[in-house]
Amino acid sequence: MNNSVEIKNLDLEFGAVKVLQNLNLEIGKGEFLVLLGSSGCGKSTLLNCIAGLLDVTAGQIHIKGNNVTWAEPSERGIGMVFQSYALYPQMTVEGNLSFGLKNAKLPKDEIAARIKRAAEILQIEPLLKRKPAALSGGQRQRVAIGRALVRDVDVFLFDEPLSNLDAKLRADLRVEIKRLHQNLQNTMIYVTHDQIEAMTLADRIAIMRGGKIMQLGSPDEIYGRPINKYVAGFIGSPSMNFLEGHLTGDTFEVGDVSIPMAGYDFANGGAANGAATLGIRPEHVVTGELVGNAPFQADVTVDLIEPMGSDTVVDCQFAGARFRLRMDGQARVTVGDTIRLGLDPSRASLFDKDTELRL
Amino acid sequence: MSSERPSQLFRNKSAKIAAIPMIVTALFVFVGGTAWTIVYSFTKSGLLPRLRWVGLDQYERLWSTNRWLVSIENLIIYGLCMLVLVFVIGFILAALIDQKIRFENTIRTVILYPYALSFVVTGLVWQWILNPEFGIESIIQAWGWDSFAFDPLYNADIAIFGVLIAGLWQGSGLVMVLMLAGLRGIDQEVWKAARVDGIPAWKTYIFIVIPMMRPVFITTLVLVVTGIVKIYDLIVAQTGGGPGISTEVPAKYVYDMMFQANNLGQGFAASTMMLLTVALVVIPWAILEFGGSKNRG
Repeated sequence: MNNSVEIKNLDLEFGAVKVLQNLNLEIGKGEFLVLLGSSGCGKSTLLNCIAGLLDVTAGQIHIKGNNVTWAEPSERGIGMVFQSYALYPQMTVEGNLSFGLKNAKLPKDEIAARIKRAAEILQIEPLLKRKPAALSGGQRQRVAIGRALVRDVDVFLFDEPLSNLDAKLRADLRVEIKRLHQNLQNTMIYVTHDQIEAMTLADRIAIMRGGKIMQLGSPDEIYGRPINKYVAGFIGSPSMNFLEGHLTGDTFEVGDVSIPMAGYDFANGGAANGAATLGIRPEHVVTGELVGNAPFQADVTVDLIEPMGSDTVVDCQFAGARFRLRMDGQARVTVGDTIRLGLDPSRASLFDKDTELRL
Repeated sequence: MSSERPSQLFRNKSAKIAAIPMIVTALFVFVGGTAWTIVYSFTKSGLLPRLRWVGLDQYERLWSTNRWLVSIENLIIYGLCMLVLVFVIGFILAALIDQKIRFENTIRTVILYPYALSFVVTGLVWQWILNPEFGIESIIQAWGWDSFAFDPLYNADIAIFGVLIAGLWQGSGLVMVLMLAGLRGIDQEVWKAARVDGIPAWKTYIFIVIPMMRPVFITTLVLVVTGIVKIYDLIVAQTGGGPGISTEVPAKYVYDMMFQANNLGQGFAASTMMLLTVALVVIPWAILEFGGSKNRG
């Protein structure tokens, strides 16, 4: 059995409210899985179910081949890191790391060895004698990770661990978590609402909505071939442009514009007809000299510019809808300019208008 | 604009002006009154305060009065038992109510209700409940257990515990509400972390949650201790200090000396002793608690 965590037909209800519905998920050994979704989608609830902090209504949870559906959290072989760090404020860092182990009646030298190892990995050795109040947010979160580390478990659960940190620290600690995973090769399940964290950390991302997993796949798949319109709009910043139109064979018609879709990889093998939505990521719109190679080209007028340093996001009207495209930061554009843009259908996404599923 | 730094004395003028009445009241009534009482405790004041010095006579007489010694002893017994039990009962009630139970508001209100009653009502109610003629004893005897005896208020050795029961009944609700507020302030993720660490609930309470609730405990301690030291009306309503002098307390001694026995000097001496006792407890604690605060920031 190669799966580290298996979730089978999981249901969770709070009274009449169904929070998780018939959820199935298999997580391989050493895999980094990110549960991504907006707030209220059930991602933290799912993590709490895996940890055993919430009792499930129906279904099973297996960790390392054992059915742990009704096991206590401490017996499941998991370590957990929380958003608010959840350190024990009256104990030193060392006390925080050792409290659970002492309680499990581990021998003293074993405890000392584990703390030493965790402190080395996380570079918190100078902080061991301090109390959490004397630590910065980043240091506190390292201690919280250390508390999961000393438990010597196979599965790590992270519940939005970086959300309480400022942007710069978040980026630093994100890299450290990734490095930690590379070194330890543990299974990690990571809950976040931040798509950058999800894209950078994950081996696979599970996008959740309304207690269901919408799409489960590698960051590439999720970004390049979103399974429905929700996933397409959720991933990517600035978000995908959507054009409402009509698909006839190989041609997508929106207003008086018709875009040839030759080269688009239809999900069901062949072209489809009917009302559809075309999704194009702002970064997949080409401008400048590259336009010449694009199968479809159009002229638009610049409405608004958002310079971000490395690149510039330009707002314009295209085919009667608001359309955003990303240009190089060096490009010189001003409001009112007319620029020529090019679209490549092979990088676009088509969705059925009614079902919102990928075509 | 002046380039000089403005004087600190005149910053926040309106706030300082608004505080003046309270400062004046505190100085005159509390500090002034206290000083006046201490000064007159060294005089031979009877019905009216008179500045006829008698040195430490009032104190010598106080400490050789059996009634005062019994009062102090009662206060210590009542105080220690009350302090320990009210915290234990209040915390356990709060911990039970914190288990996401149904009808929490109703139960909380019911338990807090006794606190809304005055000590006089509490004293009377418990005087009746503990009365052998129509209280618990008579009810249980009426059920057929003829030899049952429970009349603490009529036994000089344990009468103070009869008062203690009433005090606990009245005070536990307040402690429970404060503790519950403290428990609600604990981050739920700390509980989750402790569960993942495999720490049993009772250990989580003792080693993690209660240390985190230190500020609430200190607030509650101050409220409970001041309530204990000034206990007067409960005694007057429930036992009147009896049987004999077995439930006398210092505050009652002070009142009786000043307004019943027309011996102001003796009353002042007794109240000065009460102040001294409280100060001996509070000042070292305050130094420990706040003394180093400038260094710690």
